[in-house]
Amino acid sequence: MSDMDMDRRNFLKTSVGAAAVAIAPGMMLYSVAQAKGEGASSKVRWGMLIDTNQCKPGCNDCVTACNNENGLSGETKATDSQWIRKIDIKDISTGREISLPMMCQHCEHPPCVDVCPTNASMKRADGIVLVDKHRCIGCRYCMMACPYKARSFVHEPLTGQNPDVPRGKGTVESCTLCVHRIDVGGKPACSEACPNQAIVFGDLNDENSEIAQKVRSVASVQVRADLRLNPGVRYQGI
Amino acid sequence: MNLLRDQSAALRTRSPLAYLQGMSRGSLRRALHIDLLATVPARVTSALLLVLVCVAQPSYAVEAQPKLDIGKGGQCVEDTQWMRKNHMHLLKHGRDDALRLGIRDEKHSLKTCIECHASTKDDSVTARADSFCVGCHKYEAVKLDCFECHSGTRKSAWLQQRNAK
Repeated sequence: MSDMDMDRRNFLKTSVGAAAVAIAPGMMLYSVAQAKGEGASSKVRWGMLIDTNQCKPGCNDCVTACNNENGLSGETKATDSQWIRKIDIKDISTGREISLPMMCQHCEHPPCVDVCPTNASMKRADGIVLVDKHRCIGCRYCMMACPYKARSFVHEPLTGQNPDVPRGKGTVESCTLCVHRIDVGGKPACSEACPNQAIVFGDLNDENSEIAQKVRSVASVQVRADLRLNPGVRYQGI
Repeated sequence: MNLLRDQSAALRTRSPLAYLQGMSRGSLRRALHIDLLATVPARVTSALLLVLVCVAQPSYAVEAQPKLDIGKGGQCVEDTQWMRKNHMHLLKHGRDDALRLGIRDEKHSLKTCIECHASTKDDSVTARADSFCVGCHKYEAVKLDCFECHSGTRKSAWLQQRNAK
């Protein structure tokens, strides 16, 4: 073997080594980035099942808890934010009356996200529909698009917000499913506050979760299912 | 290189005195264009410089550095000087990750900043002119938008206030 061949052989060997070194840091960075913070996972689908048979007319505990948690005033004037409302409905033909809480339904195909011109209205990987107020320009298209009238616009300057729930004038807001609680392993304030446990919260994709077992065994519907938005909030007894 | 570093240090402190003190004698001569004095012994130059500085002092009144109420303070999550320069990048990237992806980096979150740096007197980083965020931003004339939506108080203080209602 000539000297020249030897050089070529060594050159190739070192090249392969150098390439390995060049790739390795990239791979490590990737694995570290994955491990650092998992964030919202698309394997999870957060949802709620609301049993209207257990929901008492006149009881407002879920609304109060929501206001208290998210720093809403609790007023119901046209310009006040309401993230959750109690609705009383009556079937005229039978006279049957029921009461239920209505809030952002956290659709799989949210119309509010479709219409947003700045991509502020967004769906997180785990199904929670949020407003990115850093981007929201307050155009209110999403409020018009939402079939559930779930969103509110902040008209006045605010002070004394919950450190976990930033809210500000000129932006649209709605139920966040108490995302700040969910991210630390908690559940939404309304679900926690209901005296009759009428609001079951959990991961619809986890077949062992209470909510998944319940939607499997009892009849439940989505409000305005005809729109095929596949809301994460389901109702029982309507 | 030395000169560059000294200049940047002087710019940071914003004091003409510090700017002159930080320079080497040679660069000082060049900067002040005292080429004629190039042959004068160094000691004379220094004396002249001292006089210049003393005369200059009243007209270039040294601006007072903002005196901040740093709250609990202590060991910051990063080097202090680095944080002065880069905190906004941490907050800006962190906000998108936290909100849109759900990756909550507790170490660099605005809430964690406030937890340490809110004043021990009023639990706020914005309430007074010397509060941690306001103090510097006022001095640098950089508008602070964060707190139009975000709370500038500690969570514990907010809870106390809410429960008192």
